[in-house]
Formats: sequence, C-alpha cells, structure tokens
Amino acid sequence: MEHTSTLERVLRAIAITLVILFFIFPIFWIVLMSFQTNETILRVPPSIVFEPTLQNYQALITGELDTAAGKLEFDFMSNLFNSFYLSTASVALGLILGIPAAYAFGRLKFRGSEDIAFTLLSFRFAPPLLVLLPLTIYFQKLGLADTYFGLIWVYQLIVLPLILWIVRGYFEDIPADIEYAYRIAGHGFWATFFKIALPLAMPGIAAAGLLAFIFAWNNFIFALVLASADKQPVTVGALAFVTASGIQYGQIAAGIVLSILPTLGLALYAQRYLVEGLSLGAVKG
Amino acid sequence: MSDAAASLPKRRGFRISRRWLPYVLSLPALLACIGILIPFFTAVAYSLQRYRLSQPWAHKWNWGENYWNFLSDSSFWNTLQVSLTYAFLTVGLELMFGLGIALLLQKRTRFNNFVSIMLLMPLMTAPALASLMWKLMTNPGFGILSYFASLIGFEDFRWASDPSTAMLTVVLVDIWVYTPFIMILLLAGLRSLPQQPFEAAALDGVPRLFVFWRITLPMLTPFLLTATLFRVIESIQQFDIIYAMTQGGPGDRLTVFQVEAYLNFFQSTNVGRSAALLMILWAITYVLSSIFIKNWLKLREKQRGEA
Repeated sequence: MEHTSTLERVLRAIAITLVILFFIFPIFWIVLMSFQTNETILRVPPSIVFEPTLQNYQALITGELDTAAGKLEFDFMSNLFNSFYLSTASVALGLILGIPAAYAFGRLKFRGSEDIAFTLLSFRFAPPLLVLLPLTIYFQKLGLADTYFGLIWVYQLIVLPLILWIVRGYFEDIPADIEYAYRIAGHGFWATFFKIALPLAMPGIAAAGLLAFIFAWNNFIFALVLASADKQPVTVGALAFVTASGIQYGQIAAGIVLSILPTLGLALYAQRYLVEGLSLGAVKG
Repeated sequence: MSDAAASLPKRRGFRISRRWLPYVLSLPALLACIGILIPFFTAVAYSLQRYRLSQPWAHKWNWGENYWNFLSDSSFWNTLQVSLTYAFLTVGLELMFGLGIALLLQKRTRFNNFVSIMLLMPLMTAPALASLMWKLMTNPGFGILSYFASLIGFEDFRWASDPSTAMLTVVLVDIWVYTPFIMILLLAGLRSLPQQPFEAAALDGVPRLFVFWRITLPMLTPFLLTATLFRVIESIQQFDIIYAMTQGGPGDRLTVFQVEAYLNFFQSTNVGRSAALLMILWAITYVLSSIFIKNWLKLREKQRGEA
C-alpha cells in the first residue's frame, strides 16, 4: 500500500469527502435551520447566508409557539425533562439489577447460567411490540399506565441486556487470582466484590451505563405505546410537536437539535467504548 | 481456591450461601424480566383468539384461524414482501457502503480516526428523530434534497409521499443511521486482522484486488456475518424510521410487520390479527437470532482470547 498513485489518492479523497458530506450534512443543515426564521427557510433557492436568530430556541424554552393560527402552548421542555428522567432512572435501576447478575454470570459460573444469560439476551432481539401490546392492557389493570415507574420497568428490556453483557465481559477479564488473594487475606465476599471486582470493572460499568443511557434516550416505540402525553420523552414528543406546530419549521428543527444534542455529546465523550458496547462485547475497539 | 476462602473459621455457613449466591445475585434481574415473559405468553394467547377491542362480546378462542386467514390475505403478503424488501435493501446497501468506508479508513491515522468518530453521529441520533430530520430535508416546499433533486432534473420529486419513491426514502434514512454501525464493526475487524498474510502478499507483489478477495474478505467473514445478522434482525423489525416518516403510507406501501401490527391494534383494534402478525415476525427473528448468537459467541470467545 506504500506506493499509491496520484490518481488513487485523488479518488480516495473524493470518496472520503462524499462520505463525510452524506453523513454530516443532514445534521449541519438541521442546525442551520434551527437558527433561521420561517421566511429564510422558505427561500428558493436555499442559501446558507442568513441572519441567525435565537427565536426558535426562545419559543421552545418558554413553551409559547407562534403559529399561523395564533399562540400555541407546547411544553417541549417537559419532554426533554422526561427523557432525562426516564433514561437516568432506567440506567440507575439497570445498573443496580444488572451488575450483581453480570458478576454472577461472569465470575461464579453456575448451573443454568448460560441458559439464563441467553434468555436475557434474546429479549434484545424479540419484536418489542409483541410484549408492548399486551402490556398496554395489563398496565391499565395494574394502574401502571400513566406512571414513570411502568416505563422505567419496561425500559429494562433495552437497558438490562446491554449492561449485563458488557459488564460481564469486564468481570471475566479481571484475573480471578486477585480476588482470591484478597479473600485469603480474610476479607468476606462482599468486601471483595466492592473493594476489588467493582473498581476494576468500573470502565466497563461506565461504558455500559453511557450506552444504555443513549439507547434509552433514543427509544421511540416503548414510549409511543405506553406513555401518556405528560410522560412522553423527546422522541415521541417531537413527532407530536410536528403535528401540532404544523409549518413552524425553524422551531421543529430547534426541537430536533435539542433532542439529539445530549446523545451526540455523550457518544463523542464515550466513543472509545462504543464499538465494544454496540456489538455487546463481541468486537473489541 | 474457593475452599480455602470457605474454610476460614469466621465465615460459618458460607458454604451454603456460596451455592445460592449466583442465584441470589441474578434474581433481581430475572424477576424484572419475568414480568416481561407474562405479556409474551399473553400475546401468544391473543394470536389464537378472535379478539377485537371494539367487539368485546365476540372475544373467544378461534385457535389457528388468524394464521389460517393470512394465506388468503393479500395485505399480509404485502406486509411480508415490504418487510423483506426493506431488510434486504437496507442491509445489502449498508454492508456495501460500510465495508467500503471501513477500507477507506483502515489505516490508523489521526484523520481517519477523527472521521470514523464523526461518522458515529448519525448512529447516535434517535432513528425516529433522524426520520424527522430527513422529512424536513425532503419537504417538497423548501427541502434541500428536493431542491437538489430539481437541480439534476427531477422536478417535483415527492420522496416519501409518492408510492414509487417512499421505500427509497426510508431506506435512505436507514442507510444514514445504520451504515456507521457496520462501518465501525468492520473497521474494528479489519484492524484486528493479523498482518503477516498481507506483508507476505505485498512482498510477492500479489495484485491488491486479489489480496482483497482472497485474504481480506475471507478473514473478515466472521465480522461480516455478525454485522449482517445483527442488522437483518433489527431491520426486519424496523418501526421507528418508517412510522415517523409516513406511518406506513402512502396507502399500504410501507406497512412492515411492526407498523402493520401497530395499526391493527390501535386503529382497527384487531388484537388477534395484530398478535398473530407479531408471532410470525417473532418466529423469523427467533431463527435468525439463534444463528446470530451462536456465531456471535464464537467471535466473542476468539476476540477475548486474543485480547
């Protein structure tokens, strides 16, 4: 590969430019739109020269949207709050439930452990609606409809398999001898777990937590089926917002930007772990 | 070794608790999921019943009738066809582009690493929101892509609202979101390959196309297989992108399994048919995912062994 011809280098440069354009342009364009008034958005031909305005963000934050039909109250900020709350709480619950289980599967191999781990993993691949549709009926009966708790519980379907399989790999990678040495020194099981195993697996736990947060945040179908209007996260809220605001394209763009910013930020921060996490530990980055 | 720890005098009864410990540790996670298994069995039951929310009095077992009806139900065959087309197109194109981009970025240079990180952004965008972004860009009035289309001669290109281009539009969004997934998986695979065969081939002056077909591709196969199965399983269940873009329309042009089941449940309130549809989808994904898990485990063992 050392001696590449000029022609090849030019072709490579063109290919990479096209790739970057295709994948980055949509985000770039929506960000531009979010700083424009409807008049500049509707210009033909479109242009990237315009006077930037913050009024779209302002409208979203105050919750008062100007539409053709007059003022419209739309509390997009509460959707953002719901997303934060649901994702954080789901990940916290997922970590509390998942880390001990991951330790059991990774370190203390026991009878049936592989089968159980697989069953949990297979949830990740089953059609979500299969579970969600009967759940709507159960949630009505149990009084879980219209609660955060019901949603957080169902979100475990996304969060738990991810945490279990990533963290399990990290526990497996810790040499067992370190733990045995600590045990032989007279420390109990829990002391060993908290003082040795947990700190050593911390990078994996952090990675799993961040990824699980992103997946919970990006989830759409769970909340679409189960969440009532005031519990909706941004993914569902944005869709309702498009219907409600009609032609306020700048505000829609601003809403989208606010909704994708947290996950993009986290992803760039945690990119080191993404490959491993996305492939559930099958491929090391 | 565990005996040494267990025989320490101050921990009486530890032997018993040690036996139960793994179960105790994993029990909370299991309990959380058992709650999920109950609705699964409920769905199985629904699929064998005549059950319409609008006609609660006619709720009764009809056993295989929902499934039997599918044979003569053209909208079921449409669903199957649309789902398979969608999965085939998205995964096929994403594999091609993903592999191409991974090969472009294979060398570990600062620039290549930076680009591969930037390309993660679409993957981290919620698919439903990605669909809304593309909806704004394909708006016939002001969408930038509609404008580009008119520049190259497609005046009044209607993207998702035209039955003949609706599939193309959602496939495009899917490619935008998920190609980076295949790319980073294959990039990690490419970079983990042993270097000797490539060095030997370079020494012997083997043509690069030959190296690609005979060395790179065969050695990359486990990664390709993992990525493909993973994506097929997800793609055949796609809901977010399609629902956010057109809700299955125009007409029944994009009623893939989950969208059709959703509409059946909430619009025509035909719970029985909806559940039967999902059971068929589940059967397909079950077969695919058991193949996937086997293959994935092998790869995982191998990668962890080398790490």
